[in-house]
Amino acid sequence: MSVAVFLEHHEGQLQKGSLGVLAKAASLGEDLVGVVLGSGIKELAADAGRYGAAKVYVADAPELEAPLPQPRVDALAQLVADKKIDTVLFAASVLASDVAAGLSARLDAGLNWDLVDLAAPDGALVGKRPALEDSVYVDVGWTSEVRLALFRPGTFDPVESGGEAAVEEFTPTFEDFSTAATMLEQAHEESEGPSIEDADVIVAGGRGLGGPENFSLVESLAKALGGAVAATRAVVDAGWYPYATQVGQTGKTVSPKLYIACGISGAIQHKVGMQGSGTVIAINKDPNAPIFEFCDLGVVGDLHEIVPKLTELVQQRKAVA
Amino acid sequence: MKIAVCVKEVPDAAVHKHIDPETKRLDRSGEGALNHFDTQAVEEALKVKEAQGEGEVVLVSLGPESALDSLRKALAMGADRAVLVSDEAAAGSDLVATSRALAAALERESPDLVVFGQQGTDSDGAVLWAAVADRLHRPVISQVAELTVGDGKVKGKRQTEFGYDVIEAPLPAIVGVSDAINEPRYPSLKGIMGAKKKPQETLSASDLGVEPGSLGEEGSRTTVVALGDPPPRGDAQKIEDDGSAADKIVEFLAEKKLL
Repeated sequence: MSVAVFLEHHEGQLQKGSLGVLAKAASLGEDLVGVVLGSGIKELAADAGRYGAAKVYVADAPELEAPLPQPRVDALAQLVADKKIDTVLFAASVLASDVAAGLSARLDAGLNWDLVDLAAPDGALVGKRPALEDSVYVDVGWTSEVRLALFRPGTFDPVESGGEAAVEEFTPTFEDFSTAATMLEQAHEESEGPSIEDADVIVAGGRGLGGPENFSLVESLAKALGGAVAATRAVVDAGWYPYATQVGQTGKTVSPKLYIACGISGAIQHKVGMQGSGTVIAINKDPNAPIFEFCDLGVVGDLHEIVPKLTELVQQRKAVA
Repeated sequence: MKIAVCVKEVPDAAVHKHIDPETKRLDRSGEGALNHFDTQAVEEALKVKEAQGEGEVVLVSLGPESALDSLRKALAMGADRAVLVSDEAAAGSDLVATSRALAAALERESPDLVVFGQQGTDSDGAVLWAAVADRLHRPVISQVAELTVGDGKVKGKRQTEFGYDVIEAPLPAIVGVSDAINEPRYPSLKGIMGAKKKPQETLSASDLGVEPGSLGEEGSRTTVVALGDPPPRGDAQKIEDDGSAADKIVEFLAEKKLL
C-alpha cells in the first residue's frame, strides 16, 4: 500500500488537521508520503518530516498560490499516476473537500467522507463513518484501485516524531479550466484574543442570546471557568461577535474538555465544529432544539436567568477552593 | 441565461431514517421531500434569473420516478422545468456514479451556471459540485454565501476556516452555495397550482448515452462493509429549569471533575 496525505497549509503553517491525519496514516505502518502544494512553500516540507512523513512531494507553482481546488486536482492526479500512489487521505476542510471530490471524478476513485477512523487489515482498507446524525457507525470500503478519504475535522491529533523527510519536487501541468477561477480577496487569520482551538473550556453563544450586549453573560461564565468564548456563524454574520471566535463547518474546529452552548440550536454547520468536545452542556429554551440530541446535559430554560446564576455559583466554588 | 440547479429528494425530516441491513442502503421507502439545502440553491437561481431579467431555471436530479413529487416543490417556487434522471440501474450510486449521471444530464442542458445546495441531509455529502465540475471541465466556487453574476462572470464571497474569500470565475461555471446565502421563498398558491403543468422530463441512463453499468452499485467505487452501533456517549440527561438548573449544572460539573 502506498499512502499519500494532502498537507494543507495557511500563511506558512501546515494545518493541524492535516498533520493529525498524517499521524494516523503513520500508525498504519504502510509506505507514507506527504504532499505539499503551493507557491513559495518549499520550507514546509521539513515541517512535515517532523510530524511523521518520511518523504514529501512538493509542487511549487504560481498556479497553486491561491487555495483553490482545481489546480490541486491536476497536481495530485499526476502524482498518483507517476508515483503509483493507491491511497490519498485528506483532513476535511473547505479546500480539501473540493480537491478530494474533483480527484474522485478525475480518477474514477472512490471517496468516503466524514471518517473518524481508518484501519488496514490484511492489505484491505476500512474506514469508519458515523451516519444519520451519528446514530449508526458504518464501516466503509473501496472498490477502486485508488482510494480517497476525507476525515472529520479534529479527529486525530498531530504527533511530533522529530523525523526528517526526503523532499522531492515535481512539476504539474494544469488544465485550462482548472486555472479559470481566480481569488480576488483571500481570507487572513484574525489574530485578536486567545485562540479558542487550544482552550480546555469553551462557552459559546448563539442567536438565543437575543443581542450582542448579552455576550457579556457568556464572557463572565467563560472567565469564571477559566475558558474561552466562542460564537456561532449566525451571530458572527449578524456582527455580534468577531469571526475569529466562530465555531463550525466554516470557522474553527474545537475539541475542549467542556463545551457549554448557550442559546445555540445546534445546526449541522455548528455541530461539525464542536462534536469532538468532551462533555457538552446545552442551555436552550426550545426543548426541540437539535443540540439536545448531542449533548451530555441538556437544560431547557431561559439562559438569561440560568447563566448569571451559574457564573455566580462557579465563582463561589472557585473562591472556596 | 440558463441556470441549472441540482436537487435531490431525501427522506422527509419527520421520517425516522434508517439503513436497511440487507441492502446496506438508506431506506427511502417512506415519505420523501426536497432536500432543504437545495431549496436555497433554487432560491439563489431564481434571484439570478430575476436580476438578469430573463432566463430559465432548470432542475436536474437523479432519483426514483417518485422523486418528481419532491421536485414539484421547486417548480412551485418558480423553477421553469425539471429533468429527472431515473434508472433502476442507478440506485445506490456513490459520488463517482452520481457525478457521472448528473454531468451527463447537465451536458445535455449546457447551462451557463449550475448551482448546488450545501449538502444532502441524507448522506451528509457536501462535495458533489467539485466532482461534477471536474467531469464538465468547468471552474467551481464552493461554500458561496454571496453570489453576483454579470459580464459573463460569476463572483462568490464565501467563508472558510480562515475568514472570507472572494473568488471569480468565467461562465459557464459551477457554484455550491452555503446555507448562509438566503432564506428560500415559500411557494405561492399560484405557484403550487401551476407546478404540475410545468415540463417534467424523465430520462434513463441510455437516453443520456451513459452505460447503465457505470451507475448504481456497479458503477460506484465505495462500499458499505458493515453497520455498527455508535460508541456509547454516556447517559445524556435533559432537565427543565425549575429555578434550580444552575445548581444542577454545578453538581454535574463537579461529578465530572470539570470544576
